[in-house]
Amino acid sequence: MAQASASRSAARLTRDALLGAALSVQEYFALLGRLLRGCVTRPFYRRDVVQQMDTVGVASLFIVVLTGLFTGMVLALQSAVEMKQFGATIYIGRLVGASTIRELGPVLTALMVTGRAGSGMAAALGAMKVTEQVDALRTMGVDPIRKLVVPRFVAAVLMLPILTVLADLIAILGGLLIALLKLHLSADLYMRSVYTTLADNGFVLRYLPVDLIQGLAKPIAFGALMALTSCFYGLRASGGTEGVGRATTQAVVTTSILVLATDYFLTQVLIVLLIE
Amino acid sequence: MIPGKPVDVDDRDGIGGGTERQEALRAEVREEARRELESHALPAREEGAATVELRDVWLSFGDHEVLRGISFDVRRGETLCILGGSGVGKSTILRLILRLLTPSRGEVLIEGRDIASVSRDDVLELRERMGMVFQGSALFDSLTVFDNVAFPLYEHTAKSEDEVLDRVCEVLSFVDLDPDEVLDLLPAELSGGMRKRVAIARAIVHEPPILLFDEPTSGLDPITTRTIDGLIQKLRRELAVCAVVVTHDIKSASRIATEAALLRDGGIIFKGTPEDMFAVEEPYVQSFLG
Repeated sequence: MAQASASRSAARLTRDALLGAALSVQEYFALLGRLLRGCVTRPFYRRDVVQQMDTVGVASLFIVVLTGLFTGMVLALQSAVEMKQFGATIYIGRLVGASTIRELGPVLTALMVTGRAGSGMAAALGAMKVTEQVDALRTMGVDPIRKLVVPRFVAAVLMLPILTVLADLIAILGGLLIALLKLHLSADLYMRSVYTTLADNGFVLRYLPVDLIQGLAKPIAFGALMALTSCFYGLRASGGTEGVGRATTQAVVTTSILVLATDYFLTQVLIVLLIE
Repeated sequence: MIPGKPVDVDDRDGIGGGTERQEALRAEVREEARRELESHALPAREEGAATVELRDVWLSFGDHEVLRGISFDVRRGETLCILGGSGVGKSTILRLILRLLTPSRGEVLIEGRDIASVSRDDVLELRERMGMVFQGSALFDSLTVFDNVAFPLYEHTAKSEDEVLDRVCEVLSFVDLDPDEVLDLLPAELSGGMRKRVAIARAIVHEPPILLFDEPTSGLDPITTRTIDGLIQKLRRELAVCAVVVTHDIKSASRIATEAALLRDGGIIFKGTPEDMFAVEEPYVQSFLG
């Protein structure tokens, strides 16, 4: 008897959890829909977009530069150990260039910016939610999606590719630093090798290297993911300051996982589309 | 105030009766006072003239019934105080009026329009007819007092910078704040009572006919409470707004309400003037009034 009721309540708990998850996914996509609609229909909040570009972009410059620098340096250092055995150190530029532009640049930048700006978005929106500021916006006839979410989304989608290109450049320069100082290669040789890796996979429209397209498509997707996920958790925050903390953690963890998973699938799609 | 005016004139003249000219003057002053009184007088209660009306409203979240058959109507120049203990659905009623929620059953009418029939795009327009003062003031903490109060104007009107500044100063003075002192402060730099006043200024800046207050005096000291109550009375008298105030502060309700409703278990167990409420012998009403 007791066992039967226990299994029934377990079944109900499972059902409720599944239902809750399904509802969350539904809300997530509903938010995406309203946000996309807000991107193309009036009113626009340009001033908020600029402000968010500052928060997402300019404020993340420093950490992105550091990330790029150390990534490039460590890549050069690690590959030098292997390549020395084969006397192939002249190919270091290829290795650093290919891995940063295709993968590490977009992914690491997205993860760092998520930690910095994504968490900030979730916390700011969460705090506004629990102190009724979001309701206040709505009562003043302002759609919080347009006023709060759209500017963050647009800013993230615009700024992340720029930050990624910057991180790529700094990483390649970091690699150059190691190549010059530790491996005593010439700068010319290193840069030539970086360029050949870009040329390797061919060009789109004659001048745009396929790798660069790949490296730019990713941060656009990651920026969208970061803003959407962070705002989603922020707007769902409830239960005072603790709720804001919870929302922030969830936003960062979920975005990070989504970035890594999306990276895999996006790479697969882009390889099929651009290379094969 | 206006009712004293004719007497004042008589006193100034220092005479009871008098010449024809004085008689004419007195008649003129009386006429003027009467006109002024009329313009301030409440519109007669007619059928269908309610500004905010709830008709047998039910609301449930899942299995939990929050409201069971709530009905009331409020007109311009009236203040309805909704009283009740914590968690009886007082604030929920405000959220219904704002259409942040829709009822499971029954109708919520704002100026005669059923909010259920209002589309998502029109709902913003509907909300422009209302001003809401939140319990925690809900000022935007990244904006200065000026930007907070000016917010509805920038959103919904094409006023010039100067006009906005004038209007913001005007409403700040109305709520007894010195514009020069507070305009550039951030909400975090204000005291609780000042925040509340800024919140009221923000709610009335676009001259909405309907004002909603959620626990306007909770967490304030008795003196500030009286000031805020005074403001709510002033709003009704001078701007003839239709106000719905949710509160558990019985003293403040008896000061500001033209009508009071006591909520218990999702239903209204008493409705009438505050004086009538004190006369009711129902045990719960009495225990609530202390």
